[in-house]
Amino acid sequence: MKTTTSNTRDSESNIVLQIENLYKAFGENKVLNGFSLDLKNGENLVLMGRSGSGKSVLIKCLVGLLKPDKGKVEILGNDISTLSQSDMDELRTSIGFLFQGSALYDSMTVRENLEFPLRRHTRKLSSKEMEALVFEALESVGLKHTVDLMPAELSGGMQRRIALARALILKPKIIIYDEPTTGLDPITSKEIIELMNSVQEKYKTSSLIITHDVDCARVVSNRIILLLDGVNYAEGTFNELSNSNDTKIKAFFK
Amino acid sequence: MAESTSFYNKITSFFEEIGEMTRFAMRFFKEAVSPPFEFRELLKQCFFMGNKSFFLVAVTGFILGVVFTLQTRPTLEEFGAAAWMPSMISISIVREIGPVIIALICAGRIGSSIGAELGSMKVTEQIDAMEVSGTNPFKFLVVTRIAATTLMIPLLVIFGDFIALIGSALIENIKDDVSYQLYFTQVFEALKFSDLIPATIKTFFFGFAIGLVGCFKGYNSKKGTAGVGKASNSAVVYTSMLLFVIDFVAVFVSDLFYN
Repeated sequence: MKTTTSNTRDSESNIVLQIENLYKAFGENKVLNGFSLDLKNGENLVLMGRSGSGKSVLIKCLVGLLKPDKGKVEILGNDISTLSQSDMDELRTSIGFLFQGSALYDSMTVRENLEFPLRRHTRKLSSKEMEALVFEALESVGLKHTVDLMPAELSGGMQRRIALARALILKPKIIIYDEPTTGLDPITSKEIIELMNSVQEKYKTSSLIITHDVDCARVVSNRIILLLDGVNYAEGTFNELSNSNDTKIKAFFK
Repeated sequence: MAESTSFYNKITSFFEEIGEMTRFAMRFFKEAVSPPFEFRELLKQCFFMGNKSFFLVAVTGFILGVVFTLQTRPTLEEFGAAAWMPSMISISIVREIGPVIIALICAGRIGSSIGAELGSMKVTEQIDAMEVSGTNPFKFLVVTRIAATTLMIPLLVIFGDFIALIGSALIENIKDDVSYQLYFTQVFEALKFSDLIPATIKTFFFGFAIGLVGCFKGYNSKKGTAGVGKASNSAVVYTSMLLFVIDFVAVFVSDLFYN
C-alpha cells in the first residue's frame, strides 16, 4: 500500500475515493458504461439510481467483490487493481460497509458479530479493551442492551443498526451504505437516517450512500450523483437536482 | 431432437460441475497450507461435528450391530457355524458396513448442514460481508469445514464400529449366552491390520468428500432461498454417490495390496 507520498497527495486533493471510467458488463448486459465519481474527505455523497441500474454492482467493484472490466478505482490513494490480496484486506479495514440486508452472521451473537473484525485485525487487544470497543459501537447506535442476543431475535431496523455498529467498530475512514433504508418502515427509516448523520459527526467519516429513498438523500446528502444507463447522468446538491427541469432527473424526485 | 439436446446439456453441465469441484478442491489444498491458519474455527467445527453427530452415530451403530447379528444368526446356525459369529460380524462391520453406513449418516447430517449453512450465508451476503471485512471467507468457512470433516469422520466411524460391536455382543450374550469377554477376544483375534488400516484410511477420504461437496454446493449456491434448499439436497445426493465411488476405488486398491 502507498504510504507517505500518497497520503500527502490525498490530503492535498482531499479525495478519499475516486472512480474513473468504470465499465462492467455481464454478458450482453452492460451495467456500467464509463462511470466516474469522486468522494471528498468528510463528505456524504449520495448515489441515486433506479432499481437494476447498477448501483450495487458499482459498490461491489469498489470493495473488490467484483472485478471491473475496465477503469480505475482508487481508495485512499491506492489503486485497488494493483493491490495484493493482503494489501486489499488491509485497505478493507479502512472501509465500513453496510449491506442492504444487514448481513449479520446469524450463527453468532451481536457481541461476536462485533468482535469478529476486531479479533481478525487487532490481535493485541485484551478482552477488556475489546469489550469496551463493542459497547462503544453499540452505544453509538443505541443498542447496548442487545449485546448477547442473536440476530434472529432483533427487528429489521435493529439488525441494520447492529450492522452499522459492526461497520464502525474498526473506525473506518469511509463508509459505504447499500440501500440503508430499504425494507424499513418510515419511522425506522428516519431513525436510521438520523443515525447516519450522527455517525458522520462522531466518527468524521466520508460516506457513499447508495439509495433511491428521496427522504434519505435530502437529509444526509452534501452532493448527489444520478446513475443512469451506466453513467453519471447528473450531479449536484439536493436542491439543484430536485428543481431541475430535466424530465429524467425530475422522475427521481417525484 | 429437443430431448437429445437436453440430455447433451445435462451431460455437459455434469462434467462442468466435476471440473469446478476439482478446482474448488485444488483451492482448498492451496489455502490450507498458507497462513494465517484458522485453528480456533477448526476446533469449533470439529466440536460441532463430533458433538452433534455423536448420538446419531451411536444409535445407528448400535442398531446396525443388533440387526446384523439377528439377521445373520439363523443362516450361520443352519451351517453349524454360530461360533464364527464374532469374527464374521467384526470383519464385515469394520471393513465395509460400518464405514459406509456411518459415512452415509454423516453425509445426511453434516453434509446437508454445511450446504444449507453456507448457502444461506451466501444468499444473505454474509460471505460478502466477511470478505469486505478483510477476512478470507474461503479459508475461514471452507478450509476449516473440510479439514474438520476429514478429521472427524474417521473418529465417528471408529466410534460407530465399536458401538455396533457392542450391539452385536449384546445379542450374542442374550441369544447364546456368549460372554462379552469371549466375544471381544474372538473379535480381536479375527481382525488384522489388513482389515483395520485400509478401512480407516478410506474414512479420511469419506470425510474429505462430505466436507468438499457440502462446502462446494453451499458456497456456490444461487437463486435465493430456493437455492439454499437445493444446495443442501444436492450436497447429500452427490456425497452419497461419491462415497460409493470412493468405497469402490478403496476396496479395489486394498485388494491389490493385500492379495
